[in-house]
Amino acid sequence: MFAPYLLDGWIVATLVALATGFAGFFVVLRREAFAAHALPMAAFPGAAAAALFGLAQFAGLTAAALFGVLLLLWLKRGQRNDAATALALAALLGLGALFLSLSGRYANAVYGLLFGQVFATGPADIPPALALAILVPLTLGLLFRPLLLGALSPDLARLRGLDGAWSNVAFLAILAMAASFALPVTGALLVFSLMTGPAGAACALARSPRAALLLSIALALALIWAALALSILTGWPAGFFTGVLASALYLAARIRRTARPARQSRGSV
Amino acid sequence: MLDGFFASGVVQNALLISGAAAFLSGIIGVFTVLRGQSFAGHALADVSSAGGALSLLLGINSMLGFFGLGLLGSLGLAGRRRGDSDLAAGILLGAGLGFTALLLHFAVSMRGVSGAAVTVMFGSLFSAPPGAGFLVLASACVGFLVLIAIHRPLLLASLNEELAILRGAKTRLLAGLFLVLLALAVTLSAMSVGAILSTALLIGPSAAALRLTRRPFAAMALAAILGVACSWGGVALAYASYNWTPGRVWPVSFFITACILLTYAASSWRRA
Amino acid sequence: MSLSVSHLSVRFSGSDVLRDVSFSLAPGSFCGLIGANGTGKTTLLRTILGFETPASGDVRRPGAVGYVPQKLQIAPDMPVRARDLVELGLNRPRFGFSLTSARRRARVEEMLRSVDALSFADQRAGELSGGQLQRVLIAHALISGPQLLLLDEPLANLDLRAAAEIVALLRRLARQGVTILVSAHDMNPLLGAMDQLVYLANGRAASGPVAQVVRTEVLSELYGYHIDVIRVHGRILVVAGEAGVPAHDHEHVAAIP
Repeated sequence: MFAPYLLDGWIVATLVALATGFAGFFVVLRREAFAAHALPMAAFPGAAAAALFGLAQFAGLTAAALFGVLLLLWLKRGQRNDAATALALAALLGLGALFLSLSGRYANAVYGLLFGQVFATGPADIPPALALAILVPLTLGLLFRPLLLGALSPDLARLRGLDGAWSNVAFLAILAMAASFALPVTGALLVFSLMTGPAGAACALARSPRAALLLSIALALALIWAALALSILTGWPAGFFTGVLASALYLAARIRRTARPARQSRGSV
Repeated sequence: MLDGFFASGVVQNALLISGAAAFLSGIIGVFTVLRGQSFAGHALADVSSAGGALSLLLGINSMLGFFGLGLLGSLGLAGRRRGDSDLAAGILLGAGLGFTALLLHFAVSMRGVSGAAVTVMFGSLFSAPPGAGFLVLASACVGFLVLIAIHRPLLLASLNEELAILRGAKTRLLAGLFLVLLALAVTLSAMSVGAILSTALLIGPSAAALRLTRRPFAAMALAAILGVACSWGGVALAYASYNWTPGRVWPVSFFITACILLTYAASSWRRA
Repeated sequence: MSLSVSHLSVRFSGSDVLRDVSFSLAPGSFCGLIGANGTGKTTLLRTILGFETPASGDVRRPGAVGYVPQKLQIAPDMPVRARDLVELGLNRPRFGFSLTSARRRARVEEMLRSVDALSFADQRAGELSGGQLQRVLIAHALISGPQLLLLDEPLANLDLRAAAEIVALLRRLARQGVTILVSAHDMNPLLGAMDQLVYLANGRAASGPVAQVVRTEVLSELYGYHIDVIRVHGRILVVAGEAGVPAHDHEHVAAIP
């Protein structure tokens, strides 16, 4: 299970899960599910371009993901047109397909970038993942109060002197970084599951923000470890386990929550 | 070069598949946008991808796989209430995509279909089996005929549900039937440009047409025309790309998607 | 002087929402901001807070102002307890996690107790009833010790008993020295508690003690057509139309909510 050639994969996956579990909490809290869905898709052509032009993968990923943030902000500024957004994402994905096909490694690369190829990571991938695992909790931790209060009421946040606009941009940028680093591990299509499944379950199960955040990280780690272990045992792709387990986790949490009746308040209204 | 283009059996097949798919998708796409069910189209595409992978694994016609699972997806969607959150839907779709990952893996490892991921997700028009074109055309015709049969009550129900009920339309039945037609449109689009990009073929020409005209039937005709134009233009460009990078053909789906995006952008500018 | 608004005019996309509004509040007073929906109450409150820029006029307010907004973007499954919502009202730290020291916890408890919210302090904010949430929001606004408290339609979705309890709470706060400005479309729940009111209609305002402002002449002038003020069982009803018009002639009588 922990053979030397697999160790890099375990380490990178752990670091990525740490970062995405942290970021995912805020995604669910602020109801930015769409951003979590769209940013990995925007990062996809970046990885493809990196493969084509022989650049470091995380450079291409990060650049493309940050471009994705600009795209999201631009689309939100105009009336958020669903058709325009869907087409923009499709165009980015098509561009990625083009780069991959030109690079000559079309079939393999498509599968790896869409569904993840965690055990194809090498020692060179560890420093960037470590940087991410430090940067994401640090930045989002600093922005904890603005992001939390801003999600509840932009007016109240403003009154406390916590500027909504900048913290939102910073949050999207961090999210983009987390999404792009998660891409080689889970693939563009399943970053969403890793980010929102554990976080969604955590928010359903825990009542206070700090508890939900810690639970989100813990569940994300548990999820990725289970997915890797099962993948090694069965030889089946880790992406399959990620998608299915994330759903199961979320469903279980929601069922548990609806089964337990909310505590009734006593006394006055 | 033009002689070679039209004479080639591969190209004829590609034109047939992409044209028929664009025709039906354009029309159904207008209904989809009018009914605000773009997300359903997207969800069905993701679910269908598992079907496509399954059909490669079983060695059956990929249309069967796409459509089979698309139908299942329609059943699931029909039960969904309006209030259900997008987060929940997205996470459950993740399970579907997980299955696609698994089935594609099997298709490659057990059946040696090396280009499985590409075929299912991004389409491979030039590698479509001969005869697929006629199957797609026939399916599109069937879908079109069904649509003609129900188009009046469906349009009324899409624009004003309460009025339709008053007029005696069976809106529940129509909604279910529409989801089946949507699954068919998604299937044909997936055969043309792959599961991931099928939403572009479904929504793009329709959204562009609706920006250019307000009359529903005119929009449908326009959407079909725009879709077919983009698709055939894409096929032509892909054919020509063989000369640009020697030995490698650029993916057709890229060109089709790019054409659709440009068309939509052009339609927006005109409006603005 | 706790709050002073002079000749305030606010414009949105070319039209005047507020015109030449002036009033002032003494410290510890309880003032109602009354007007139908859409008359600019929220705009006035937001301008006082500094969220909107007036076209002309002046606002002088104390350094620390508390605000209870009309709406909160809260969902039932959000992991935020009433207690956490109150804690977010503290000013420090601005960034980073707040390590919950005993002192902070004590302060939050004290606030919750003062608004009578201890019994549901650990429930999810999204699961609270309307009245419960109002109390929690008041506690959130109070925890930083403001001298002025603005509330935007806190009674709007409450039943009569809950509304009465909120008004009693606000009255208690006023007696403790916090200046209260409450907006409402129905002045009746506030009648016993208000020291003065500001009545908004047509973008203009009339301010002063209730007996002085809520009179036929004053309101007719504000609205620009004939208004009747009817007092029944200590309640005030403001209706449009002429006195003396036969009761069955309904076209001429319309109650203003």
